[in-house]
Amino acid sequence: MHQPLIPFLLRLGDSAMVQGQRLCEWCGHAPALEEELALMNVGLDLVGQARNWLEYAAELADDGRDADHLVFRRDQRDYRNLLLVEQPNGDFAVTMLKQFLYDAWHFQVLEHLSQSLDPRIQGIAAKALKEVTYHLRRSSEWIERLGDGTEESHQRMLAAIPQVWRFTVELLDSDALEQGLFEAGIIGDPQAIAAAWQQQVAATFASATLPLPPAASPFYLDSRRGVHSEHLGLLLAEMQFLPRAYPDATW
Amino acid sequence: MYAQLVETGVKRLKTEDEMSAQERDFQQRIDAEIKIEAKNWMPDAYRQTLIRQISQHAHSEIVGMLPEGNWVTRAPTLKRKLQLMAKIQDEAGHGLYLYSAMETLGADRDSEIAKLHSGKAKYSSIFNYPTLTWADVGAVGWLVDGAAIVNQVVLQRTSYGPYSRAMIRICKEESFHQRQGYEMLLTMMRHGTQVQKDMVQDAINRLWWPSLMMFGPSDEHSPNSAQSMAWKIKRQSNDELRQRFIDQTIPQLQVLGCSVPDPALQWNAERGHYDFGEIQWEEFYQVLKGNGPCNQERVATRRQAIEDGAWVRAAAVAHARKKHLKNVA
Repeated sequence: MHQPLIPFLLRLGDSAMVQGQRLCEWCGHAPALEEELALMNVGLDLVGQARNWLEYAAELADDGRDADHLVFRRDQRDYRNLLLVEQPNGDFAVTMLKQFLYDAWHFQVLEHLSQSLDPRIQGIAAKALKEVTYHLRRSSEWIERLGDGTEESHQRMLAAIPQVWRFTVELLDSDALEQGLFEAGIIGDPQAIAAAWQQQVAATFASATLPLPPAASPFYLDSRRGVHSEHLGLLLAEMQFLPRAYPDATW
Repeated sequence: MYAQLVETGVKRLKTEDEMSAQERDFQQRIDAEIKIEAKNWMPDAYRQTLIRQISQHAHSEIVGMLPEGNWVTRAPTLKRKLQLMAKIQDEAGHGLYLYSAMETLGADRDSEIAKLHSGKAKYSSIFNYPTLTWADVGAVGWLVDGAAIVNQVVLQRTSYGPYSRAMIRICKEESFHQRQGYEMLLTMMRHGTQVQKDMVQDAINRLWWPSLMMFGPSDEHSPNSAQSMAWKIKRQSNDELRQRFIDQTIPQLQVLGCSVPDPALQWNAERGHYDFGEIQWEEFYQVLKGNGPCNQERVATRRQAIEDGAWVRAAAVAHARKKHLKNVA
């Protein structure tokens, strides 16, 4: 079971890591002091979760690489994060929309993983689920506030949707690896997760007075094969700068 | 120290005879170490001095996030990244408690922040220096948080209750940050490469004097200190605090195996303190005036954040109003 588990753990860990990195970029630029605190807090949870998933992946792979190596020395073709989370932050509308679409998916994924037959996954997911329950509550509230706030905030949300919606295709489909893990009782049913995600997004968009676009369709990019948008390379160039510039250093 | 040169608006101390009955009661309360609370009567100058000091302190926490934010996206390991994110989050939290303490005095957060953005309100001079390498992040934790703690430990006994209680809470977290910063430097010095060791020494070379300036001008040039001390807003003089910081920091520096860029630094057995060289006060006053290396960028970043976020805050208010109206109906 180890072989298919490793790429799956990379998907979970990389998504949390890249989303956490994007939140770090907000430091000092948030729209209110309370949001400085909240954005950093969510980021801190996600980087902590990334560390847990990637430590487990590294132990299973047992090839001498640790979680830090996976984060700071892998190049973008080997990263397995969702396309959604690597997209630039844009304004607060884009940032919160990305966060919400990710949280709604993340919550469903973790809820199932917290029942996993793999005890290590079950433990990490149960802890992460508590954090992500809060993330989802917060981001869905922001979608409602911004969608049904002022004319300007509504317009900004309308502009944000087409920028990120196409990347949601990855939240709805699955591959043979995930099907296999589902059949083995390690992860949840991808179809059930997709359906619950669609339901949550439809409900939040409705209360935010935002139009729900039709389901996105697959296109060239595919994070499961490491075919990312151009944005990931730059994000990694910044995040990996020190370990790459000083490969022999101890920090 | 996160508050420097706080104006009291008082040219000289009043004698007991010159005080009104209310002022005498107030001063007696302070002399008896009874905390002043928000609802107690207080002289207007006391209130205004505290508002200036606490807001300056709060602004420093917020502006202080920027030099660290410069490196949070580039932290070199997961552990260091998590530590730095947690530290920045704590600083935003400190800013919040301090603004709340300030609001108990009748001041308004938004208008005090507007004064920061217009350049009227100050924040600690130290945050106008750049963080050029990762070692600067460790040096800021060790030296800047270290200097802040020396000041804040004393402020736990400050006469205004809400400020004193905020300080007690903040001090616990700051000591943690300082130890983390030191541990970062120690790791680089003990286990790092020569390049990393040079990076640490370079960070100390650049941040040492600005850290000493954090305590404010020397006592003879500190015109507001007498009144702040009489009101027990301040409890110890700038020079006393600076000396304490140096005395406790030099042994830590020796453990690191580093030096400070001060040829005059020497243990004086007779005084029981370290002697040290003359601070470049011209640089300090230039930085306070807005001519430091990063003053423009720091204020511009903060102003931009609040301007860019105006529509977000407006949306939150509008949505809350809509929701309230719906609930009423």
